[in-house]
Amino acid sequence: MSLVRGFLALLLLLVAVLLQVTFFPHVAWHGVVPDLALLVVVAAGLTRGPQFAAVLGFTGGLLLDLAPPADHYAGRWALALVVVGFVVGRIRPPGQGSRPEPVMVVAAAAAASFLGTSLFALSGLVLQDPVVSVPDMLQVILVALVWDVLLTPLLVPPMMLLFRRTEPARVSLA
Amino acid sequence: MAMREKRWRDRLEPVDRSSRSTLVALVLACATLITLDHVGGALDPARRAVGEFVGPAEDAANGVVAPFEAVPRWFHTRSSLEDRVTALKAENALLRQQVATTALDRNRLAEYDGLAATASTVRHTLVPAHVIAHGPAQSFSQTVTIDAGTAAGVHADLTVLNNDGLVGRVISATRSTATVLLLLDRDSVVGGRLGSSMEVGFLQGRGQLSGDATLDLKLLDGAFIANKGDTAVTFGSEDGAPYIAGVPIGKVTAVYSSPRETSRRVEIKPFVDFTALDLVGVAVPSGTRSDRGLVKPGQSAAKEAGR
Repeated sequence: MSLVRGFLALLLLLVAVLLQVTFFPHVAWHGVVPDLALLVVVAAGLTRGPQFAAVLGFTGGLLLDLAPPADHYAGRWALALVVVGFVVGRIRPPGQGSRPEPVMVVAAAAAASFLGTSLFALSGLVLQDPVVSVPDMLQVILVALVWDVLLTPLLVPPMMLLFRRTEPARVSLA
Repeated sequence: MAMREKRWRDRLEPVDRSSRSTLVALVLACATLITLDHVGGALDPARRAVGEFVGPAEDAANGVVAPFEAVPRWFHTRSSLEDRVTALKAENALLRQQVATTALDRNRLAEYDGLAATASTVRHTLVPAHVIAHGPAQSFSQTVTIDAGTAAGVHADLTVLNNDGLVGRVISATRSTATVLLLLDRDSVVGGRLGSSMEVGFLQGRGQLSGDATLDLKLLDGAFIANKGDTAVTFGSEDGAPYIAGVPIGKVTAVYSSPRETSRRVEIKPFVDFTALDLVGVAVPSGTRSDRGLVKPGQSAAKEAGR
């Protein structure tokens, strides 16, 4: 059962990454596309907690790092999404089946988008992977933030429902 | 404040040991991956493996996505399509014309380059002009019309040359055109000098305008025998009118001596191809006012002249 769940999550990530590189470039604004993999990780974090979301973030990030159009150092997106998954998982409301308010979901997605893209950009700065100026970087980060916030109401609730359905019974820690 | 903070803390998920250690492990794994990739090469097999799997998936996804991506393209009105057809036709015609004239443009560019080099060589300011009309052979004179006149600073008795050498001199000028007497004309006499021996003489045209037209050089020193292949250049006139000094004219191809004449006749083949004249330059005094851009001698040539 847990194998099936894991496979389902992986499939979701794969679809997100594929859409990110095939469909969204056609509607991209200044070449910036929404971070679908990041939204998957946000949904996972809000429903399943930091550990699961961090592992999912690592997997999704690795996929983004290694899938064909990528040419940056592998591990950069993985690092960003691990942190995003952990942080978002931390603000999950405690208790089995409790649901975050819609405003909180959007706020979490916005914060996650900012954090994730900034972390990726910062790791690029440190490694001098592509040398980009900070104003350019900020512009890309903000556009990505707008994209992610726009898509959150459409995509995150269904994904949260999916993750909640496939969640094993949670052991109460309180 | 403290209470609110406490409430906020309560709402947070309590962090257990395992999820924290997972985070540390994953971050370390990321750092390892970045280091491995930074050092180079170690992750190439993984990249290739993922690519082998994701590449076809991307291809398939693109196939699925393509119809959706094409949706906006279905909504075109007839008039917008007609507009596009018109615009594309116009673009096509323009491109076809460009293709057809590429060779001409390239040759023109080469000619301008040559003219600029010539201006540097003869250290004179040149007015660029195109030959726009050839005088007919029936008039028994070899003249051409160029598209530069008094408005461009061209007047009678100026030297006309191109990047190969001397072409002729201006004999009359209107506001926008000027008539040039070619070297080949029977009435054209140019003072010339042989490059190797500094012997002077006069070059006269023979009234032919063909590919192998030649000039006659009559040397003042009748006893001197010119060498084949020697170069003749202008020796120049007072104030550079009608001919400036040092412009190459042609090469010695044959030498004839007749007892009847006191001097020897030397045959010179001009460097300029008079049957394919296009861009020429008219040497004008520096400081001439002109309605077009003048070709000025380059910086290096000016420096050498100053020395």
